[in-house]
Order: sequence, then C-alpha cells, then structure tokens
Amino acid sequence: MNSTIHEILKNYPNAGRDSLIPILQNVQEKMGFLSEESVIEVGKYLKMPSSKIFGVATFYNQFRFTQPGKYHIQVCRGTACHVLGSATVLDEIEKQLKVKTGQTTKDKLFSLEVVACIGACGLAPVISINGEFHAKVTTASIKDIIEDYRNREEQQ
Amino acid sequence: MNLTIEVNNNRMYANQGDTILDVLNRNGMSVPTLCHMKGLFPTGSCRMCVVEVHGRKNLVTACSEPVSDGMKISTHSARVVESRKTIVELLLSNHPDDCLYCERNGNCELQKLSEDLNVRERRISGQKNNYKLDVSSASIVRDPAKCILCGRCVRVCEEIEAVSAIEFVGRGSKTFIDTSFNHGLNLSSCVNCGQCIMVCPTGALKEKSHLTETKDYLSNPDKVTIIQYAPSISVTLAEEFGIAPGTNIIGKMNAALRRIGFDFVFDTSFSADLTIMEEASELVDRIKNGGTLPMITSCCPGWVKYAEGFYHDMIPHLSTCKSPQQMMGAIVKSYFADKEGIDPENIYSVSVMPCTAKKFEQQREEMTHNGISDVDAVLTTRELARLIRLHGIDIHKLEPEIADSPLGTRSSAGKIFGASGGVMEAAIRTAHYLITGKDLVKFQINSVRGFEGRKEVSVAIGDLEVGVAVVSGLKNAEILLDEIRNGRSDIHFIEVMACPGGCINGGGQPIGAQEDAIRSRMATLYDIDEKDAIKVSHKNPYIIELYDKFLGKPLGHKSHELLHTHYQARNVN
Repeated sequence: MNSTIHEILKNYPNAGRDSLIPILQNVQEKMGFLSEESVIEVGKYLKMPSSKIFGVATFYNQFRFTQPGKYHIQVCRGTACHVLGSATVLDEIEKQLKVKTGQTTKDKLFSLEVVACIGACGLAPVISINGEFHAKVTTASIKDIIEDYRNREEQQ
Repeated sequence: MNLTIEVNNNRMYANQGDTILDVLNRNGMSVPTLCHMKGLFPTGSCRMCVVEVHGRKNLVTACSEPVSDGMKISTHSARVVESRKTIVELLLSNHPDDCLYCERNGNCELQKLSEDLNVRERRISGQKNNYKLDVSSASIVRDPAKCILCGRCVRVCEEIEAVSAIEFVGRGSKTFIDTSFNHGLNLSSCVNCGQCIMVCPTGALKEKSHLTETKDYLSNPDKVTIIQYAPSISVTLAEEFGIAPGTNIIGKMNAALRRIGFDFVFDTSFSADLTIMEEASELVDRIKNGGTLPMITSCCPGWVKYAEGFYHDMIPHLSTCKSPQQMMGAIVKSYFADKEGIDPENIYSVSVMPCTAKKFEQQREEMTHNGISDVDAVLTTRELARLIRLHGIDIHKLEPEIADSPLGTRSSAGKIFGASGGVMEAAIRTAHYLITGKDLVKFQINSVRGFEGRKEVSVAIGDLEVGVAVVSGLKNAEILLDEIRNGRSDIHFIEVMACPGGCINGGGQPIGAQEDAIRSRMATLYDIDEKDAIKVSHKNPYIIELYDKFLGKPLGHKSHELLHTHYQARNVN
C-alpha cells in the first residue's frame, strides 16, 4: 500500500500544503478511499499533522475513509430525486444493507454514498451502482435490485 | 500615535496597524470576544466583537479590522448589541442546558455572555448533535456537546504547543473538534499540557478529575494519606478564593490540607531540591565525561511526551531524572515509609499540581517501584480549591501552619521551579558548587527569568563557559531543537516547559487569569527567593540528611533505582 502512495507522491515534487487536495484526490482515485496509513504518509510528505489532513478531508464530501465495497451505491439526493422520495429510498437501503451512509457492509460487497445530483433528473429517484443507473427506484424495487446483485455474486 | 478615531463620540488615538480592538482595550473599553486570542493572528470567525463603523454597510469585527484615520465607531449601538445577542442565542440553540452540573458553572464565558447580553429565554431551538465524551486520555476530558467551535483549543495546540492533536472535523452544523481519524486523545499526539482547557470558554474541555477517589481514600481509616504540592500552587491557589493574584498562601494551604484530613503535608519544592541534586550532578557528569549534550530537563511531563513523540531521536539528551512529583512519591514510599514504619502499600499519595500532564505522568508504567506507583492521585489547583470548598473550609480565616518534616522543607531554589527559567537557575547554582566547590557570588541569573518564550545566556562556571537556553511553549522548543538537530553546538543545557511562562501558567491552574495575574505569580516566586535564607538545593539540611541516611550520593545506586527513569519513542503523526 505504501508503495502506491509513494508512486503518487513522486508526481508532486517539492509540493507544499497547497497540493494537499489534488494529492488526496489522486490517492482516492488509485486506492478507492483515504486510509489512515495513506493520510499519515501524505502528512509526512507535506510536513502536516494528520489531524489537519483529516480535518480538511472530512470537510469535503468527495473523500471517503472506508474501503468501498465491490458494488458502490450512489444515491442521488438532488432536488428532483428528493421531491420524488429519495430520502425514503436511502432509508430503505440503509435498512437493507445495515450500514449508514459512508460505510461498507461487513462482507465488503456494498458501500453506500450520497451524492448531490447525478444529472439524471428525468429518472428520479435514481441510484447508481458501479456506474449502472437504476431509474425510478422505490422502496419495493430497491430490495429486488440489491437482491439481484447478491445473486449475481453467488453465481460467480 | 498618528491616527485619530472616534468611538461612541469619544476621541481616541491609534497607531497605523492597530486593530479596532487594540485601541478599545488600550482605552479601557471592552467588546466581547470569543475566538480572539491575544498575540495570535485574528480570525474574526465568531463575530462576537462586531462594531458599527460609520459609512460601512456591514458590521465589522473589531479584532481583525485595522483602524484608519477619522474612523467613527459605535461599539454598543442597538444594532450591534442585537447582533451579538443573536450570536449568543444561536450558540445556545444546541448547547446543553446543564449549567448546574457543569464544571465551569460560574466561570463560563458563554454563561457570562448570555448574562451580559440579557438572554432570558431559549429563543432559537436547534438540533442537538449527539457526541460522545472523549474520556480516553489520562489527563483531559473532552465533551464536544459543550463546544461552541471558537477554535481556541485548536489554535493553542498548533500555534503555541506545535502539537496539533485536535482539529475541526466535518462541515457545517456537523462540524466538531476531534483528533485524527476520531481516535480519541490518548491515541493522538496530545501531550496533555492542558493549555486547551485554559483557553476553552465553556466546559467542553476539563481535567480528568481524581477528586472522588481522593475523597474515598481520605475517609478510609486504614490508609495513611499524604499530600504534596508543587512550587507554584501556593502562589496561584489564592485566586480561586478571590485573593489578589500572586499572594502566597502557603501557610493557610498547609492548614487547609490538614483540616481536610491529610495525615502528612509535604512540599514538592523539597523534591525539586532533590531533582536539582541529581540533575546538576548529571549535567556535571555529562560535561566532564563527554556525555550527550545539550542535556535537556525532564521535569515537565508535557515536554517529555512531546520529545518522545516528535523528537525521539533526541531522547538521549533528556535528563534521566524523574520529575519532582515522582521523586517525592518515590521517597515517600521508601525512605519516609521506612522511617515511620508504614507499609508503602498502605500509603495513599496525592499531589497537587498546576498541570494536567502530571496525571498522565503519574500513570506511566515507568513511575512504579516493585509494582507500587510512586504517586496515587494528582489534583490540579482547581481540584484542590474544590476539595477545600467541599470541606467547608474558610481559607481566609485559617492561621498559617508549616508543612511536615522532613519532606516539607525546601530551599528557595526548589521554589522557583514554578516559573520558566527556575529549574535552570536552580541547577546552575548547584552545578556551580559541584564544579568549583564554591557558591555563586550572586545567585540571581536575571537573563533566564521573565516571560519571553526563549531565553539564552552563557554562564561562567569556573573556567567553563556553559551555554544555556530556556524555552516555554513547545513551539519555542520546536524551533530551538531544530537548530540543535541542524548542528548547533554552543548550548549545553536546556530547560523546556510546555506551558508559556512555566508551571505558574500551567494547564491545571485557575481558569481565566489575565497576563498581569500570571506576572504577579512569577514576581512572588522570585520575591520568596530573594527573601529566603537558603537559596541553593545543596544546602537544604533535609536534602543533606536524606543523602546521608538513605540515598548515599547523587547518581548513586539508590538514586538510580528510585529517582531516575527512561523514556520510550512514540509514534505521532
């Protein structure tokens, strides 16, 4: 893991604090999330305490601190989706998966993220699972969708 | 003063670069502040200090706005007062309503602001966040529910102490102060200095109290209870009882401690003398025998933990001496217990310290002997005041008493430990004697006294020129240590205190003291030194007796067993 981070940091010679966010974005892109270890490494490189980096990273919605699941669920909570009931959809997913937003299920299969708007308002309420869109989801249909992915996993 | 401004129709003069707040304070006017910290760069984030500036549409923050010539300011117009009141009401909207049970009841800035601004109802009711207490640290308890996000703890931790254990985490209404990856203080880089408590306006930060167990042991007839108090306590405790800052109430304090029920009352200044005997001998030994130099003092547990974390490559520079608190603890449960025929296991040994880091130090595994801890509980000055009040003792009416013999007699060298530079001065006095066989002609070393964060001087000891440096506030230590790391070699002995100004301004001292109060505390310590007959640790008769009858000689076998320790490198990030 450390070697990946060191590879990334090589792209930022003589970097200062102003490079923090691009570096974190790069780390997340490569590793899927910001591990504590990676934050510490970035801190050593930029001579910043990890508390500062953690503070910055938690400020932004884009950073996550747990390993994403095999299937990453993004629930759109934009205006159109909200009007058409995305809050109840989110509740239902949390109930089904027994995780909160930002967390990953114990079997590492699903992770859950809330996004502001994924630009598919005509399909509201919409969710995206690993980039695959599911339109006009309801509390009933979401169960089937999740079940579908579980079955897919078992067949493999 | 080349600028003229008008404040509430009064003319005031100002310098270029002054902030409005500077000018107001200089002229005896005050506006409330929350996020403002004297000496640090203003952030203007809390907006409590807003004032109205003629010709400006919006209110401006007095703490960050520079004055300009001819500026017309209203500090208490209806609009301004209303704005401040609304801010306080918003802060109260999600604040717990448990003032009665709060540590800071009666001494809370938020409480005072709402009183001053005549807040009489909860006008705005906000959603309360559900935060857990952080009780993980041995020294400090954090209650994020009571935090109003002024940011002073974050700033003191970063800018004064160079530790950065805590930071704003999250965003918007979900923002709170926490450690890296929410691990809690004990797993963070926190050095337990408690300066965050000193700047906290509310009860969001407090010491981990040892009051309850102390009370329990006091009422246990099978235990012999012993109390020691640090050099600075006698000059700060007074403030908790409305007595003028800097008043030395050592006699009344001894009397109060006996009334509370402690069987023996000892003075940590005695073991400060003992520390000096060991530490000065160690310094002389290092100088004569080519040991690691510069040697750095080890009596401040905040500094020790900082070194273990941030400068573990420099651990060999640290003196191996335990701190006076721990030396007293070790001597009480060995020499004194023997002498009095008490089983060390039956002793409950309490110390009163100006410090929260002492609570951590007391629990270190290195601070035990044959499985028995040197010290059993540590109270801050604030906790001692609480204990005195709890026992209904009117300190004003007490007749002064003296501490118990033999561990209650000190030289004034041990007493000045309470101020930044004091350990250095005391050590030089004894080192001079050890090297030359003669005492200094003039004991005062003025260049290591005072409030500057960093003091350096070269002292002549016989033929030797010894370079010494005194730093307080770990940020100052960081700068000096980086110089040493980079090869600076003219310094032989360094005193480091985590708290700015030393223990008189420690994290366990009365909350809310202003700078002049802290100066009075320091002045009193040096005044005691001035007037005392015995000004050097090596002439304390009971220290001489302790070595004769028990320890043998400084750095001897018994000393190593009881009075010296070792350190561990710690991971910080």
